[in-house]
Amino acid sequence: MTTTTIDEAPFIEPSTTAKRNYINDEYGVMSWLLTRDHKRIAILYMISVTALFFVGGFFAFMMRLELLTPEGDLFTSDTYNKFFTLHGIVMIFFFLIPAIPAVLGNFILPIMLGAKDLAFPRINLLSWYIYMIGAIFGIYVIVTGGVDTGWTFYTPFSTQYSNTHVFATTMGAFITGFSSILTGLNFIVTVHRMRAPGLTWFRLPLFVWSMYATSVVMLLATPVLAITLALLMIERVLSVGIFDPALGGDPLLYQHLFWFYSHPAVYIMILPGMAVISELVAAFTRKKIFGYKFVAFSSLAIAFLGFLVWAHHMFVAGISVYSALVFSFLTMFVAVPSAIKVFNWTATMYKASVSWQTPMLYVLGFIGLFTIGGVTGLFLAALGVDVHVHDSYFVVAHFHYIMVGGTVMAYLGGIHYWWPKITGRMYPEWWARLSALLVFVGFNLTFFPQFLVGYVGMPRRYHAYAPEFQVLNVLSTAGATVLAAGYLLPMIYLAWSLKFGRRAGVNPWGAVGLEWATSSPPPKENFHETPVVTWDAYDYPAFLKAMKETQNV
Amino acid sequence: MAQSHHTTDHSDHVGHAPAHHEASLTAYFVVFFALMVFTVLTVAASRVNLGVWNTPLALAIAVTKAVMVILWFMHVIHSPRMTWIVIISSFLWLGVMFVLIFSDYLTRAFNIF
Ligand SMILES: [Cu+2]
Repeated sequence: MTTTTIDEAPFIEPSTTAKRNYINDEYGVMSWLLTRDHKRIAILYMISVTALFFVGGFFAFMMRLELLTPEGDLFTSDTYNKFFTLHGIVMIFFFLIPAIPAVLGNFILPIMLGAKDLAFPRINLLSWYIYMIGAIFGIYVIVTGGVDTGWTFYTPFSTQYSNTHVFATTMGAFITGFSSILTGLNFIVTVHRMRAPGLTWFRLPLFVWSMYATSVVMLLATPVLAITLALLMIERVLSVGIFDPALGGDPLLYQHLFWFYSHPAVYIMILPGMAVISELVAAFTRKKIFGYKFVAFSSLAIAFLGFLVWAHHMFVAGISVYSALVFSFLTMFVAVPSAIKVFNWTATMYKASVSWQTPMLYVLGFIGLFTIGGVTGLFLAALGVDVHVHDSYFVVAHFHYIMVGGTVMAYLGGIHYWWPKITGRMYPEWWARLSALLVFVGFNLTFFPQFLVGYVGMPRRYHAYAPEFQVLNVLSTAGATVLAAGYLLPMIYLAWSLKFGRRAGVNPWGAVGLEWATSSPPPKENFHETPVVTWDAYDYPAFLKAMKETQNV
Repeated sequence: MAQSHHTTDHSDHVGHAPAHHEASLTAYFVVFFALMVFTVLTVAASRVNLGVWNTPLALAIAVTKAVMVILWFMHVIHSPRMTWIVIISSFLWLGVMFVLIFSDYLTRAFNIF
């Protein structure tokens, strides 16, 4: 292994930000709103998803406040229904799905490929506008009285009975879906067509492999959501019998179609997280990822297998016993490629000289929490256990371990890792470590009690509960407070770092990858000359040698 | 392996098959005529009661028409292999959806326990 440490890493040029870069290339609001630069679009996305993350977080916090006491004393049950619905919709459709691909993927993917931009820059901007139109529908619903169907919009409640804003909400989700279709399309074409000379498929960073797999899922699954929500709107508005048995429809058909998208959507959320983690592990262990090809292909395997398991959400909904067995069996398979990744990351860390900067703390958090989330996922995939804990807090805890413990941890880790590249400034390490610690402790305190309280029978989606569940709920609410502090802290110190942070050089981590071969922040066209790739992914000696020879590709 | 296409290299962009590969006008008219024939056939078939074969026949006609539209009107027959892969995998996914949904609907009557 190479012995280079962060301190003696080459090409730290403190003056790089003085040059023209994508931020100071043009000025004015319109230069941002009409930009076709993938880096600026990533910033637009970053601002939007962060705003919606805190909107979704607000609803979560309100729920935790209500659940502090067993009585339903803070809100009516109707309000509580709206809060958990809006929490789910905002977090899933407007934060988790776009967060890593549209922010980090948009910014980093073309640079990793040595390209000047994505294949379709205008479509990239269009995808942000489509996202914003969807988000405006979401905000409209929040402001005008909410929606109470749960984020899954199950029929017949959503089509026949709910008198809240079902139409506007599903319209918002429908519209936002197209922004992720366009992002996926853009990424796929870019990876196929715009790799730098010498950058063969098996030299690609694992981030690219995982993002590619994500894009395939986005492209193949999201249209099904669009169709499903369109059918729902048609039935609700025009009373055409599709899902309503009274009109000759089938309510389980809705669930089949919805989960055909929404289980793969879990992989739209977690695969980009895995993409980030692979980069972070390689950077902070200063090693090649153990079993590169296995990790690369496991992303594609997850993308494929993710389509074969959706009815595990419907075990108690009335599907046939035979079908439930098939889906239970198939669900077990998804664990294999996920486990390959976890084992390979861990194996990479073995005997490495690990540096413990903030992104690496998030990596450790991710691996631990994702593993807990994944293993409890297997509990739920087992038919008998699922019948017992279905619709309990056990399920809530499980998917928060995947989505918050997995995706949000990876997103934060990635934001810290690429922050110097994006802004040209270092974040304050001490504060960042503190916030990573708060997030980890707060997260576990919030969600671990939910496993316990769910297992002993507390159902989800109620604003009042039996008094014996109170202790665990108080712990959970206390944890949510810590977690909130952990999420708010980066807002402050990252904003602070924009002006006062230490200037980052070209390669502040001494990591391997084309994004560390251009200045921080990168110039508008990413590279002044098209880079030629002569090294394998994460090959430290070869990369450093190439950098020395070409002096800043 | 080492394909090195870069931003500036648009000479062989995906989906822009060179002009001499495009279907001739005659082909479009032939396909259009065939589609019309199949439409008439759909109407005709709906007037004959074939029992259980009603739906399969209607679907067979519809699929044939769809394939013609995809191959000629959407230029797939003259497209690069990558386009074929994309289209075939899309239909494969549709197949996955149908097969697994029917693993529920068609087995509701099974009594395995
Ligand atoms: Cu699932």
